[in-house]
Amino acid sequence: MSSRVRKVRHDNHTAAAWLFLAPAMTAIAVFFIVPVLSALIMSLTDFDVYALGDLSVVRFMGFHNYVRIFETPLFWTALKNTFYFVLVGGPLSVAASLGTALMVNSKLARFKSFFRTVYFLPVVTSLVAVAVVWRYLYHPAHGLLNLFLSWFGVAPIDWLGNPAIAMPAIIVLAVWKNFGYNMLIFIAGLQNIPDDLYEAARIDGAGAWRQFIDITIPTLAPTTVFVVMITIIGYFQLFAEPYVMTEGGPMNATTSIVLMMYEQGFRWWNMGFAAAIAFVLFVLILFFSIVQMLIQRRLQR
Amino acid sequence: MNNRASTLALNAGLFLLAVITLTPVAWMVSASFMLPGEASTTPIHFFPMHPTLEHYEALTERLHVGRYFMNSFIIASVVTLISTFINSMAGFAFAKYRFPGRNKLFRFLLSGMIVPAQVTMLPLFLMLKSMGLVNTYVGVILPGLASIFGIFLIRQFAGSVPDSLIEAARLDGASEFRVYRSVVLPLCRPILYTLALFTFMGTWNDFMWPLIVMTDNANYTLPVAIANLKGEHLLDLELMMAGSVITVLPVLILFLAFQRHYIRGIMVGGVKE
Amino acid sequence: MTRAAIQYLRLFTLFLLAMLSGVRCRASSDTPETIKFWAMGNEGEMVRQLIPEFERLNPKIHVNVQQIPWTAAHEKLLTAFAGESTPDVCQLGNTWLPEFSVLHSIEPLDRFAAHSSGIRLNDFFEGVLKTNIIDSALVGIPWYVDTRVVFYRRDLLAEAGYTTFPATWNEVLRLCDLMQRNARAKHIPRYPLFLPTGEWVPAIILGMQSGGNFLRDGNTRGNFSGPQFHRAFDLLAQFYQKEYSPAGMQLITNVYNSFSDGLITMYITGPWNIGEFTRRISPNLQSQWMTAPLPSMDSTSPGISLPLGTSLSIFRRSSHKEAGWKLIEFLTSRDQSVAFYKITGNLPPRKSAWNDSSLSQNKYIQAFYKQLQRVDPLPQVAEWEQIVIKLQLYVEYVATQTMTVDEALHKFDGDVDQMLEKRRWLVEKNKH
Repeated sequence: MSSRVRKVRHDNHTAAAWLFLAPAMTAIAVFFIVPVLSALIMSLTDFDVYALGDLSVVRFMGFHNYVRIFETPLFWTALKNTFYFVLVGGPLSVAASLGTALMVNSKLARFKSFFRTVYFLPVVTSLVAVAVVWRYLYHPAHGLLNLFLSWFGVAPIDWLGNPAIAMPAIIVLAVWKNFGYNMLIFIAGLQNIPDDLYEAARIDGAGAWRQFIDITIPTLAPTTVFVVMITIIGYFQLFAEPYVMTEGGPMNATTSIVLMMYEQGFRWWNMGFAAAIAFVLFVLILFFSIVQMLIQRRLQR
Repeated sequence: MNNRASTLALNAGLFLLAVITLTPVAWMVSASFMLPGEASTTPIHFFPMHPTLEHYEALTERLHVGRYFMNSFIIASVVTLISTFINSMAGFAFAKYRFPGRNKLFRFLLSGMIVPAQVTMLPLFLMLKSMGLVNTYVGVILPGLASIFGIFLIRQFAGSVPDSLIEAARLDGASEFRVYRSVVLPLCRPILYTLALFTFMGTWNDFMWPLIVMTDNANYTLPVAIANLKGEHLLDLELMMAGSVITVLPVLILFLAFQRHYIRGIMVGGVKE
Repeated sequence: MTRAAIQYLRLFTLFLLAMLSGVRCRASSDTPETIKFWAMGNEGEMVRQLIPEFERLNPKIHVNVQQIPWTAAHEKLLTAFAGESTPDVCQLGNTWLPEFSVLHSIEPLDRFAAHSSGIRLNDFFEGVLKTNIIDSALVGIPWYVDTRVVFYRRDLLAEAGYTTFPATWNEVLRLCDLMQRNARAKHIPRYPLFLPTGEWVPAIILGMQSGGNFLRDGNTRGNFSGPQFHRAFDLLAQFYQKEYSPAGMQLITNVYNSFSDGLITMYITGPWNIGEFTRRISPNLQSQWMTAPLPSMDSTSPGISLPLGTSLSIFRRSSHKEAGWKLIEFLTSRDQSVAFYKITGNLPPRKSAWNDSSLSQNKYIQAFYKQLQRVDPLPQVAEWEQIVIKLQLYVEYVATQTMTVDEALHKFDGDVDQMLEKRRWLVEKNKH
């Protein structure tokens, strides 16, 4: 084929490619990129409930909203709560997923696909629907959890009413809801490890624990980093659980950053302020993701 | 023998875990059939003593759950259809075409997955308002079409379609669209089912956006309706459980029927190249 | 070639848009005229019973009632306003009227009321009607009044030596102390007075009784750390500190059960609970509960309470204002007020309605009637809802002794100042 024909072919292909891309890109541009940019602009103003009635009272605030965020005690509480959820719930969730993946994937396990399905079930349920169920499970007097604990002589615990216990209670729910998802990813990762590696190790006399440390963990490392990353990104966006179960209480013990953003933005219509909160969250997540990727790159060496 | 004991222990552990995982769901179903107030009596019992359908009746007759169900279904279906279609095209383009800016654009999109959706919600709401789309199906559907994950998933899979097949079709005189429709789509069928499933279930379970956009009761989707129900009927535990069952059941059935596709999707999406 | 692809796409999109526009939700029908009416909570469900009569009298109007839970109502209303999807007629808590008025979202009703035969403004309780007048415009018609009184266990108070309800808060403290000691001696768990930490009303009532003055500088700054409210908050804190009232949210999950069990013996709440108590308190205790007007800080009687309640308003964007007004006239008429009272227990805002035997002979209602003679209005600022929701948080902090009263009030004022910042700026700019 002459190079000129090849070039024409190439141009036609470029045109075709863009046509295929057009609908999705348009949707993304209009419903994602434009709003993100608008949110950035909005965060520089004091758009609020007064502005809804009369647009002329909007003031340009520069970075004042961001400064105000850091001066608002509730934000620091929300940040602390969110970090608590991410840093405690995240590893717990990943560990639970890894643990179950190892168990399900083990050669000794029977009925593998049955167990896999069961563990995955909570993932597909609607969070709102199950948050309502768990709210009743956590009831101090009538909840199943306290009933179960009472069989071991534990006094009734006020799960959602005690500020020190409310967030752990939400973490338990989150772990239950999500562990099946990452379990599947881990299983895929585990299945990618060739059996001969284990065979060789066994012949060399390595026990199960040694094999785990020397083979499983290193080979799973990239997968683990990936899982940790998506879990953390997801967990930073904690909203539905506190919204449905505790309304951010008791005494703001479960108010997350997104919940605070929602309250400010859609309950009180302090939209400029809320948009700034959303961006602070984005920056936080971005920071963690970059750290994540650096770790991943280092591991790949 | 050591192996026998290990096997027993492992499987017992798996079984116990299964029980723990299923208990909340089982209780949800069980309580939905209990008489009002029964779930709060002491001593607590797990199974209803006189199973009743009254809560389901109340939900369907008095509380319009059929309407919410339909809203959820319509919205989820439309989003699934359109988004699977446009994302498959985009994924195909990224996988099989070389054009200037391709890699940069794709990386740019991937980075977009980090942005939390909540950042967009406020301006999106105001945008919809200026288009007159607040409180409409279209208003809920439109933002749902922009899914970067879908494009990513399709691209992973479409990349494995043999180039030779595509070339052959082109040599036969097929237009690019023809190539897409007749060669690539059929081969991508598995991942398309997967993406459709993901999208349907994700949209069905979506809570925050429909909560914001729909102001009329009649337009609520199921999760929003349940949260709303909680406002008035917090003390009516059994009724709330029935509502939760109705919300969870369709997606559960879908999942059980199409497990393989769904699970494959996660594994394809999860294993990094 | 690519042209076919474009055609394909075009067709598909057209088809979808056609389908979608079909499912778009609009107000239906041209005749009869349909008006959208949003009502909250219990009223939302019950008012449906009154609608058929209205439609019978007004055959050309159809009313579409939508019920919204109170917990979401404020949010939903603002969202509807922002999204330009407000209803025609709406029930609004009267503490929200300043806010919706400042948004220019609700229609002034003076011109409607002037020509109305059914509505005589001087038939409404003054204190309540005043809350509906913002910046000299009448923006709502009171639908029902909701003032707070005390519901109490006669028998248990009698045991402690009180045959009538105490007239001052100091007396109440003494009573609580007695009951607590008696209960502890018998090893019965008891919280004599139930003040839910998730409610702002008791704190504000006590504040009013101490002299009000919640805001200063033309309602642009918080004054909650001032002497009046400080006194009120101190009193409130005592009930929690001495464990006369429970401090955890989850302890009392079902008020009615707790009241029947004697776990709580006094409860400050509103008229809707007359119906609920009748329904949910055990039958053998029905003769043992009673209502009484609120005690006061000094010995004036009864103590001041709040003119809470809801009003009916018309949204400015409505294109059915005349029909909406007819609905309002109907629902706030004397007869319908009485009928509504019979269904819900909500108190009529019109004095003439109280002559009806169902009210005049109801022993529980008497306390409310007395109380309604002594109600004072709250500051009319748009941020009031936001302020009182924040107050609830500080009540919780003080009740659980996470903060001292001084600290709590100081921080609360800081929060209030921040919330009022925009208002301050606007007032300075003379836009208000």
